[in-house]
Amino acid sequence: MSADLTLDLTATRPIPLDVRLRVAAGELVALVGPSGSGKTTILRTIAGLHGRVHGRICCGDETWLDTSSGIRRTPQDRRVGMVFQDYALFPHMTARRNLTLAMGRGNPSRQAERAAGLLARVRLQGLEERYPQQLSGGQQQRVAVARALARDPRVLLLDEPFSAVDMMTRGRLQRELALLRRSIDIPIILVTHDLAEATALADRICVLHNGRGLQTAIPEELFRKPASPHVARLLGRQNVFAGIIRHEGTSERLSWGRHVLELARPSGLAPGSRVHWYIPDSDIVLHRRGRPSLGERENPVSGVVQDCLVLGAQTSVTLQCGEVDQLLRLTVSTHAARRNGLEPGVEASVSLLSNGIHVMPESGTRPPGRAVSRQGEAND
Amino acid sequence: MDWTAFRLSLELAAWTTGILLPLGLMIGRWLAYHRFPGRGFVEAAIALPLVLPPTVLGYYLLVSFGRDMPIGQFWAGLTGSGLNFSFAGIVLASIVFNLPFAIQPVQRAFESVPLHLREAAWCSGLSPWRTLSAIELPLVWPGVVSAFVLTFVHTIGEFGVVLMVGGAIDGETKTVAIAIYDRVQAFDDEAAGAMSFLLLVVSFVAIGLVYGLAGRGRIPGVR
Repeated sequence: MSADLTLDLTATRPIPLDVRLRVAAGELVALVGPSGSGKTTILRTIAGLHGRVHGRICCGDETWLDTSSGIRRTPQDRRVGMVFQDYALFPHMTARRNLTLAMGRGNPSRQAERAAGLLARVRLQGLEERYPQQLSGGQQQRVAVARALARDPRVLLLDEPFSAVDMMTRGRLQRELALLRRSIDIPIILVTHDLAEATALADRICVLHNGRGLQTAIPEELFRKPASPHVARLLGRQNVFAGIIRHEGTSERLSWGRHVLELARPSGLAPGSRVHWYIPDSDIVLHRRGRPSLGERENPVSGVVQDCLVLGAQTSVTLQCGEVDQLLRLTVSTHAARRNGLEPGVEASVSLLSNGIHVMPESGTRPPGRAVSRQGEAND
Repeated sequence: MDWTAFRLSLELAAWTTGILLPLGLMIGRWLAYHRFPGRGFVEAAIALPLVLPPTVLGYYLLVSFGRDMPIGQFWAGLTGSGLNFSFAGIVLASIVFNLPFAIQPVQRAFESVPLHLREAAWCSGLSPWRTLSAIELPLVWPGVVSAFVLTFVHTIGEFGVVLMVGGAIDGETKTVAIAIYDRVQAFDDEAAGAMSFLLLVVSFVAIGLVYGLAGRGRIPGVR
């Protein structure tokens, strides 16, 4: 029987936490954030290994934690499958024994058969009698995943499971997890500091900072519509600026220095509201020199190339568009950069596609009813 | 060769080890897993017999075993007899004297078990007792064997403390180490030599066992 996991946790000391999250059965949610943002603490709290919190954790009809009514189930009583960062395999036991130990009491031959089946599922058939030290890092990780599943868990928790292996192995293990999770219909939570990994594997991403859940959304939405400049910065996004909402007749405009930009989606804010806005790299279109096209009418912005950084096939271009803090960063193919003669000091113009412009009200001015995430779980 | 003294030494070592081993497991594990104010003080107190001259320790034990002191009074109330110059007295003295040998190897062994392993055991549904028996003890047993051997051998060879607390009463407190001293005083070199050689062999075999455990592969699969 699979059920959703819901958690609502707060703590001030020793590790601050403020997070609400619901993970559906079969869904994979990645917790991302810088070191010390509370990712692992949340995982440990779900597993029952960290207790200095207030709030509730429910899995289906089971309440694992409810501090208001004094319910605190032990880790043994929660049926979680946990993959530790260092795997924490029992070094004095074979791969098979690592699994059967987690199955509790039962028919030994049936358990051995099940263990063999689980090890085969993570492509470790034939290695059942190996000790952890006789396995490679990637194989150890797979034993850890199999052991976590051996208990028939109701929740699967993965604490940076790919951080201890080399790049090549990491890619392979990520593909295997993506395949494996299709057959797992319980909530899965992945802790990672690798955004690319989270984007590749997760259905939704929860961005954390100082223990606070800032935004939970599908990767596409998160990268196109971060809830705040803070989230955008945590996600490593550039092109976050300050602007002012203006109304021209019935239509809403965004004033950015000397530029006035069209918006595809009105923000609904009052004229004169100070806002932050963000545009993804992919929505900045470089105008071709000497070959004007129709799209150039959309929010044209010109500036002076400040620097051009060639990174293999791609070139990162910084465009100074007026004032000191109006630095647009865009990535174009190195080929296009050469063809358009982009180099420091040269004037260039781009279009900021109105559909990509995402307006973020300054804190406290958010219009009501504007959901930040798909299920409205952000805690900002 | 004083076989009575040798048998008494073995009995003393058996009692001391038998009582200290579970105590060492509990205290060593507690110290390995818990941080609390005054921990350094507790560890220093346990290690004190390593640096204190046996006669000094023996003197304080002799004084505190007196019938006018709490420990002596308690024992007299319990059994009706005194602790000084008795077998029970030298067992108690040996326990105090061997605390560092019984606790420290066990503590180091438990310290080397990563917290994640215990947590993984709990997350695998293992109760705290099952975690101890299935995960911790198989990993710490070389430390436990070290503690056992060191305590046993150290008790057999103990001299100063036993002499101070127990004197040299035949069949009651005269251990083999004291018997050797006694024979040398009586110019009985043959008996002193035989008993010394026996102690040398026992000690060498024991310490060889400890080093052998520490040096070679102790657990299958663990290099």
